[in-house]
Amino acid sequence: MTGRLLATVCLSVLLASPAWANKVFVSNERGNTVTVIDSGSWEVLNEFPAGNRPRGITISPDGKLLYVCASDDDTVRVFDTETYEQLYTLPSGPDPELFILNPSGNPLYIANEDDNLVTVTDTENHSVIAEVPVGVEPEGMGISPDGKWVVNTSETTNMAHFISTEDYLIKHNVLVDQRPRYAQFSADGKKLFVTAEIGGTVSVIEFDEEGTPGITHKIRFEVPGVLPEWLQPVGAKITADGKWLFVALGPANRVAVVNAETNEVEKYIIVGQRVWQLAFTPDEKYLLTTNGNSNDITVIDVEAQEAIKSIQVGQQPWGVVVQPN
Amino acid sequence: MAVKCWEGVGDIEHSAIRPRRLVSRPQCLGLRLVSSILMMFVATLPAAASEIQAAVLRIDYPALLPLSRLDLPEEDRAFAGAELATEDNNTTGRFLGHTFETRTVAATPENALAEFQALVDAGYRLIVVLAGADDLNALADAAPDDALLLNARSGDTSLRSENCRANVVHVAPSDAMRADAVSQFLVWKRWTDWFLIGGSNEKDLRLAEAYRKAAEKFGAQIVEERTFQDTGGSRVSDSGHVLVQRQIPTFTQKSSGHDVVVAADASDVFAEYLPYHTWDAAPVAGAAGLRPVTWAPTHESWGATQMQRRFEKLAGRHMGEEDYQTWLALRILGEAVTRTGQGDAAALRDYILSEEFELAAFKGVPVTVRPWNGQVRQPILLSNGRMTVSVSPQEGFLHQASVLDTLGLDAPESQCKEFQ
Repeated sequence: MTGRLLATVCLSVLLASPAWANKVFVSNERGNTVTVIDSGSWEVLNEFPAGNRPRGITISPDGKLLYVCASDDDTVRVFDTETYEQLYTLPSGPDPELFILNPSGNPLYIANEDDNLVTVTDTENHSVIAEVPVGVEPEGMGISPDGKWVVNTSETTNMAHFISTEDYLIKHNVLVDQRPRYAQFSADGKKLFVTAEIGGTVSVIEFDEEGTPGITHKIRFEVPGVLPEWLQPVGAKITADGKWLFVALGPANRVAVVNAETNEVEKYIIVGQRVWQLAFTPDEKYLLTTNGNSNDITVIDVEAQEAIKSIQVGQQPWGVVVQPN
Repeated sequence: MAVKCWEGVGDIEHSAIRPRRLVSRPQCLGLRLVSSILMMFVATLPAAASEIQAAVLRIDYPALLPLSRLDLPEEDRAFAGAELATEDNNTTGRFLGHTFETRTVAATPENALAEFQALVDAGYRLIVVLAGADDLNALADAAPDDALLLNARSGDTSLRSENCRANVVHVAPSDAMRADAVSQFLVWKRWTDWFLIGGSNEKDLRLAEAYRKAAEKFGAQIVEERTFQDTGGSRVSDSGHVLVQRQIPTFTQKSSGHDVVVAADASDVFAEYLPYHTWDAAPVAGAAGLRPVTWAPTHESWGATQMQRRFEKLAGRHMGEEDYQTWLALRILGEAVTRTGQGDAAALRDYILSEEFELAAFKGVPVTVRPWNGQVRQPILLSNGRMTVSVSPQEGFLHQASVLDTLGLDAPESQCKEFQ
């Protein structure tokens, strides 16, 4: 009996799991936890405490360390992705909300929402390398693929600040629309997409011949039957081939699919309520969305551009990251 | 050309859709070269925009103590909001070579005009005013041609209609907007039979009229209406609650069947006594119970928590409506300076009244300005004092231009001609 059950379990695991199953980590802002999901079976593996008001979430390039902005603890908590034990904390400056990790794994660039700062933290010796004064209410953090630029968006100043990673000085500021939330570079580093929640737009920023960034296009959204005010772009992710940009539209409960070559919106995918942040699986087969008000995540089949599944997580999911292969 | 040096803050790039290019391209390129070599900030904006001076004039009227201790007036009310806005504007201005300075003046009704004149003489042309309707218009009429006033207090609806002035932008919502916000929610709840209780002072009568119109506008009925006479002195200090507990039930008994009591008490005389004391069991809205506000210390949505924290850190107390309205007035000016690079009142007024202007103000949608009367369009919070119960406009109330125009005087309803 036990043997047969075991065999059935093994078989179902084999059938359900593709070659690469990765762990998906979701920060639950109100539940003060991180939910762990298996991207092969889409089963919840665990939910563990992650400090007060966990929001920004990212992972080391080797997939071993999980970084979580514990906003109300004024610290970044670092967890072991196998044991889910907290290993240590990193100095983050007050109220860390979003951050981005250098592709090399060090340093970590952190937006401090209450103090108009970007804090640069060394992930190896756990020290603060620099504090960069930026605009009011810094939030979105992006890094160019070559690691030269860290871009911070400030929600009340309404700018994308281009910070040089060499000397941590701001070299360019680009005014965008109201309440910029997120900054996402294309994989070739040629385009930067900045979402503006209240402006309702995504600014496409490109560098001119002299290397100066400027807005070349603004993507706007329109859904019949949905008030324009509800179309609030927040999180954004672009496929590695630079073809498809996915934009989470917050209270519109939709993810917009934008043809990144023509800047045209081609489709709106209905997901859970108050869709906030997005993450691809490493093979880009799936896109995951955090839905803050329905307490779940939606799995989108990237090629089909369709929502295929929703998974219940903790209270008010905010950020999501997938372990690399 | 103003040249300012800010170490390490970089230069500003003009986006493709800026309303107007402020300097010609060759000039821009030249400056970019300089900035990239010297690693300094070079302002590419006219000298006029580099230093922006604004003032906040608050008239303090003699008043009795408020019914609730929570409403005791703070010494720095409105001014703390001004300080935060000025900090915010300067943080943004740092990247553009704009500096903002705000002077705050508390005046009595008697010396308000003299204080206003002193500000004008000192060169101030952008002045946020917290005053009653008559005093506000007296200042607007005394202002020089090149000045812009921003009303951060008076809700008098006539200021947005027959008594409007071309040089006043109304940041504070009108009484009509607040009454409509309450009305939409009550109608959405299907609490359409109202027992309206108004005060006896002139401003109470105006507020009651706003609620009558709001009822009619959205299909509610006033089934009973009574006036609470302001006979002076009925504070719940010592054992006053014993009196209140007897007065209010008898005052409200034998009324027609109603779903809700709507209190039009602009004088803070009785409304706070209504909840739990009415003869019939009915919720209270308006001046007590469910109140229409621009800000409440409990408001958390749309990033408001950040605003609350920044304000509390600065002021050491909760943020009130006048703080928020003054903050918003100065942020509107700051945003207009940021986007236009101009510093003079006429240019800022043009931009603020244009379709291009919008500002995030922790209300989930951008606030904009009605070109027909200078009223800032904004959602209204409905607060029970502990929580934001709802936010109007409510779902289902539609408008061909902006749902925010379902609150207050729409273009055809306003008799204001000054903005044409």
